[in-house]
Amino acid sequence: MRFVPPLASVIGSQVDGLFWFLCGLSAFFAALIAGTILFFCIRYREGADADRSHPPPRNLPLELTWIAIPFAIMLGVYWRGAQLFLRERKPPPDAQQVLVVAKQWMWKTQQSNGRAEINELHVPLGRPTKLLMTSQDVIHSFFVPAFRLKQDVLPDRYTTLWFTPTRVGEFRFFCSQYCGMGHASMIGRVVVMRPKDFEKWLASGRTPGAPQEQDPGRILFRRKGCVACHRKVDGQGPPLEGIFGKTVLLSDGRTIVADEDYLLESILYPAAKIVAGYPNIMPSYKGQLTPEEESQLVSYLERYGTGRQKEPRP
Amino acid sequence: MSDARAHYLNAGHSMRSWLLTKDHKRIALLYLASVTALFFVGGSAAVMFRLQLLTPHGHLVLPETYNKLFTLHGIVMVFFFLVPAVPTVLGNFLIPLMIGAKDLAFPRINLLSWYLFIAGAALALGATLYGGVDTGWTFYTPYSSVFSNTYVVATVMGIFVAGFSSILTGLNFIVTIHKMRAPGLRWFRLPLFVWAIYATSFMFVLATPVLAMALLLVGLERVLHLGIFNPALGGDPLLFQHFFWFYSHPAVYIMVLPAMGVISELIPCFSRRRLFGYEFVVMATFGIAFLGFLVWGHHMFVSGQSAFAGLVFSFLSFVVAVPSAIKVFNWTATLYKGRIRFHTPMLYALGFIGLFTIGGLTGLFLATLGVDVHVHDTYFVIAHFHYIMVGGSVMAYLGGIHYWWPKISGKMYPDALGRWAAVLIFVGFNLTFFPQFIVGYLGMPRRFYMYPPEFQVYNVFSTAGASILALGYLLPLGYLLWSFWYGPDAGDNPWGASGLEWKTSSPPPVRNFETKPVVDEEPYDYEGGRYG
Repeated sequence: MRFVPPLASVIGSQVDGLFWFLCGLSAFFAALIAGTILFFCIRYREGADADRSHPPPRNLPLELTWIAIPFAIMLGVYWRGAQLFLRERKPPPDAQQVLVVAKQWMWKTQQSNGRAEINELHVPLGRPTKLLMTSQDVIHSFFVPAFRLKQDVLPDRYTTLWFTPTRVGEFRFFCSQYCGMGHASMIGRVVVMRPKDFEKWLASGRTPGAPQEQDPGRILFRRKGCVACHRKVDGQGPPLEGIFGKTVLLSDGRTIVADEDYLLESILYPAAKIVAGYPNIMPSYKGQLTPEEESQLVSYLERYGTGRQKEPRP
Repeated sequence: MSDARAHYLNAGHSMRSWLLTKDHKRIALLYLASVTALFFVGGSAAVMFRLQLLTPHGHLVLPETYNKLFTLHGIVMVFFFLVPAVPTVLGNFLIPLMIGAKDLAFPRINLLSWYLFIAGAALALGATLYGGVDTGWTFYTPYSSVFSNTYVVATVMGIFVAGFSSILTGLNFIVTIHKMRAPGLRWFRLPLFVWAIYATSFMFVLATPVLAMALLLVGLERVLHLGIFNPALGGDPLLFQHFFWFYSHPAVYIMVLPAMGVISELIPCFSRRRLFGYEFVVMATFGIAFLGFLVWGHHMFVSGQSAFAGLVFSFLSFVVAVPSAIKVFNWTATLYKGRIRFHTPMLYALGFIGLFTIGGLTGLFLATLGVDVHVHDTYFVIAHFHYIMVGGSVMAYLGGIHYWWPKISGKMYPDALGRWAAVLIFVGFNLTFFPQFIVGYLGMPRRFYMYPPEFQVYNVFSTAGASILALGYLLPLGYLLWSFWYGPDAGDNPWGASGLEWKTSSPPPVRNFETKPVVDEEPYDYEGGRYG
């Protein structure tokens, strides 16, 4: 009989640490309250000969004490929980990226070299991996108990999840946001491999004789003609190298951080936010790309010009 | 009902005298019958899916049936039992009695509230009979507004209609408590139960319209294809979650504040003590009611809302834990130097404190951002909120029913049997829900009609516990009904309790008091008191 799930990520052991601290804290307070009640119930039961003179109607110092002490402890717990949360929300810049697309009722994952899987996700041991996730229909949630992580996956929007696996093996992942009839069958497995095995596995997905270039986002970037305007110098559109995560100045004076949702919006509705210093001439790509192609392009732009656009790294 | 004295129960025996009554006590009994029936409807659904979960493969019912069962359970239990139970049954019966009034301020509106409630319940249950709804009680979009092929619109309209019952009931209580208190019954002489209902009424009035609006928008998006929540039409699915939890988090406190009010009556009575720190408990009640409006985002830490919102909502959730802790400590301190008796209501009250404490402490896990990311939407959450709502609210409701039953019916039930039932419920409850904390941390997501085999052992415990719990709930149904007709007369004040409701006869006369009461004592005036 297991009491905790297998543990296979760096953040997971920190989550467990905080969890056990909370368990201890709860056990202490539950025992304190139950013990006090039990003691009073025996001592002051009707018929027991006990001193009942001058029962206090209230006691200000006591009230303030049992407000202040629990609150102070809770502030500490809050702080630690927030720390972990912020860590979970901030992928390291060198994380390798996998695209995750959810739909009723399956998961599709795609490595940046184009290798795709259904209800499976291969990742290398000890290297940070970042999932860029979106849904094609309702809200789902990607949940890996062994990593102590989950994140809802939304339609028409990107969410991310990152982790550094610490154990080789296979670990279940679930859909944890109710999504209809097949919700319980949206189960898959994360396969954590040694980096060498992972590279081999990654390369084995490539059809022999196929062109070297397999990154579907990069192919789209060229085929759809993006690169014609978004050149490094003298382009009609703003250069996109290293755009992801940068603060962009817009023509109306606002600034915006270029995240996945901004990139997607700029592809589908280019006129919504115009970059300062550039004309509003880009046509909309709404309807020109399948949702999957949209995701591949956004995923590519995230890595574009960062030296990571050609996966796998040596 | 053989006695010659006139009281509200023998004031008329026709169907019409019940269905068109404007007497708050009779309306309370109408609610009692309705919410009891609905409780067993919701409970039966739970029995079905607990049986399904006995084995990992889910062979008993089809996946779509399973999804409809847990949806039915959630909708009925939340909207048609937990939210109305204590306010409409005990509140309706007791508020006028406790403040020395002859009825609520608007008796006709009170009856209208019951009819709205019944109409809403009929719509929602009618949808179930037609084929049911499978969205979960949370109706998350765009699943509910676009993808589900079940009777979503009828169900949300049922909840929409029942919402007006809540709003009108809340208004009625607020006006009554403001305008109709007996001479001498100053604000700080009010029993805690009245304070709790008063605070809850504000939540009814302020929060329910938001739910009504959100559900209406879901209906509009389904029927007219307006793009409100559906991203394919330019809507925002997270917007629905904000609307929904803006009501449904305060709703948690709507379910638990009146329960706390009940406990604040029971503990002093069976300890023969004034409630310790009365003023602090009152303040804590309002602290909870106010802060309850500011924590809805803690249901959405992993939803895609911003990290900053997560930080703020997590912090506020820790803050709202403080007034709840204040209450638990004050109830415990009330036992000190008391003269404690363990009648049935007191056992429920003590059980409440224990289970509510565990529910509250495990709530801290969920308020803690880093931990919630792991346990969110797992059975850990299921266990936590059942400790609050069943271990808390239902225990308090049953404790209150047992405490005021002699006043309501004029009859006494077999106390020994009552105590056994209370113990059975306590044991069955823990066996059902404690294992769910563990299986939740192990990673079992909620709303799964089948599950990986490593989770089975905990589910077997849960199902075993649920069968004990079901038996525990059937017992009071049996002996309370029996005592209503055949029980021995209880007398006007069998517990020797303080409070105006005990100063009139049992069952109370139609106008509640023969002579208008005047209050010249503090609440819970038990000092040095013996039992009657």
